[in-house]
Amino acid sequence: MTSIASRGLTLSYQRQVIIDALDMQLPKGKISVLIGSNGCGKSTLLKSFARLLKPQQGSVILNGVDIQQKSTAAVARELAILPQTPTAPEGITVRQLVALGRYPYQSWMQQWSAEDEAMVNRALEQTSLQALADRPVDALSGGQRQRAWIAMTLAQDTGIVLLDEPTTFLDLAHQIEVLDLLRDLNRLENKTIIMVLHDLNLACRYADHMVAVHERTAFAQGRPEDVLTQALVKTVFDLNCRIIPDPFFGTPMCIPFGRELPQ
Amino acid sequence: MDKVVTWRRGGYSRRVNLSTWLRLAAALLLTVLVMLGSLSLGKVILSPLEVIRILFSTQDASLTLIVEQLRFPRIVLAALVGAALSVSGLILQSIIRNPLASPDLLGITSGASAAAVLYLSFLSATLGQQFLPLAAMLGAALATLAIYLLAWKQGTSPLRLVLIGVGVSAMLTAATTFILVFSPLTTTLSAYVWLTGSVYGASWPEPLALAGWLLGICPLLVLLARQVMVQQLDDNLAQGIGVRVQWLRAGLLLVSVALAGAAIAWGGAIAFVGLIAPHIAKRLVAPGFAGQAVMAALIGANLVMLADLVGRTLFLPLDLPAGIFVAVLGTPFFLYLLIKQRH
Repeated sequence: MTSIASRGLTLSYQRQVIIDALDMQLPKGKISVLIGSNGCGKSTLLKSFARLLKPQQGSVILNGVDIQQKSTAAVARELAILPQTPTAPEGITVRQLVALGRYPYQSWMQQWSAEDEAMVNRALEQTSLQALADRPVDALSGGQRQRAWIAMTLAQDTGIVLLDEPTTFLDLAHQIEVLDLLRDLNRLENKTIIMVLHDLNLACRYADHMVAVHERTAFAQGRPEDVLTQALVKTVFDLNCRIIPDPFFGTPMCIPFGRELPQ
Repeated sequence: MDKVVTWRRGGYSRRVNLSTWLRLAAALLLTVLVMLGSLSLGKVILSPLEVIRILFSTQDASLTLIVEQLRFPRIVLAALVGAALSVSGLILQSIIRNPLASPDLLGITSGASAAAVLYLSFLSATLGQQFLPLAAMLGAALATLAIYLLAWKQGTSPLRLVLIGVGVSAMLTAATTFILVFSPLTTTLSAYVWLTGSVYGASWPEPLALAGWLLGICPLLVLLARQVMVQQLDDNLAQGIGVRVQWLRAGLLLVSVALAGAAIAWGGAIAFVGLIAPHIAKRLVAPGFAGQAVMAALIGANLVMLADLVGRTLFLPLDLPAGIFVAVLGTPFFLYLLIKQRH
């Protein structure tokens, strides 16, 4: 089963082509992670999945239908996107922020239905934010704030959640906390998670499906064990490394080094 | 903490912040008191009770003239001008996502000013004063249209709008000074008074015309209120939750120009209200456009009413433009709120 697919997808900014004639399929109900070097077009690709960027050519297929055929509101009921380092309106509380996720279900008449309330409460509960619900978002720590943003995408009640580097600027403990939360949502709520991550080891640990973006296309895709090889890291990141199985999780672990190996 | 209740009836549902309503009611009461106080004070000082008596009877013709024809229309005009500028500023601050945004910064005021000074200097002698509001409004609209079109690059972004707005504004201010230098001396003073912003000599047709225009805009504000908060998120996030960002931004910009343009057309280029009143309002009520907009309107109204009261009473027999005193009154109050919140 496919959640999001692309056919001959070409993306560009001004005249510069970022992604060229890409065909790919991301599995439904799984965690897919996009990896790649800075500026390789991962974020651009993620944006195009959410219809934030119009393809130059080709198409993005969301749940079997060309995404350009759908309205902005219809897309918002099927997938949620959390961009990198989002900003919250001044003074807004956690509960109000999470409630914004209900926007695609509301109308001028219906601005706070029983379902809106139930979904917001559930999202706050899933992210353990009930106690902080009435605090201003500006007053939260980095990890709490990221949980609040994730809660907003949960209130959006979509089958698919896209996240662009959800762990940036978080310390290691909070990185794990956010990734565990996302995995719980995938396993317990059957959400399809598609995210960009920079940490290769964490990417391998949490991903069911991995895509390495390089030279304007999907250089490799599949299970992390098959994708993350020494040759791939050398080509995609221009980095020397050894790949060994993680002693605890068994997933590939990348040990990078610079010019020379230690004795 | 604010008390919020939920209201649901059939297909209609809202969250209602009771604390916000309470504070709005208090602000409304204050507005009525300031209005009554303004009606009482002037060269002839009356008691508020006398004012009420005069309003409801026609016994004393000369006092009725003072209160109902000289003071009242002027006070109402000041209130409407302040309210419209303030709501316009609130919307601009949310579109631009920058607390410094205001009609003054973005070129709306300077567009109106350039057109008004051009009209006063070279056309008023033949056409009279009656088309001055129209000229100012056209200037505001044209300047904003130019800014919007120049900022367009596969859509507009808040940053491009503000940068180009500041640039266009600087050019228009230079043009205004240029026109002033070459204008006949007889009109220079009236141009200066207009640029400072004054409700001097207002009679009923003016506030009524402005009120009619603002009433026409109100339905749009009510319709768009729900969207103002969501578009304060990033463009990507806002679009991600289903907002048509470019349409909304253009619509809100149009509304804020319609508000500020009209206020400036009848009240002159009163600066600072559109910047400070929304900030004061945001510190008095919880986030949410509807509550903030009503509070901003009331704060803006009081600010300009008080500024005009100071201008026409404190320096008798002089009658100074209200625009001079807006900053003098608004800034200390704003600083007080900022300092109070720090603790």
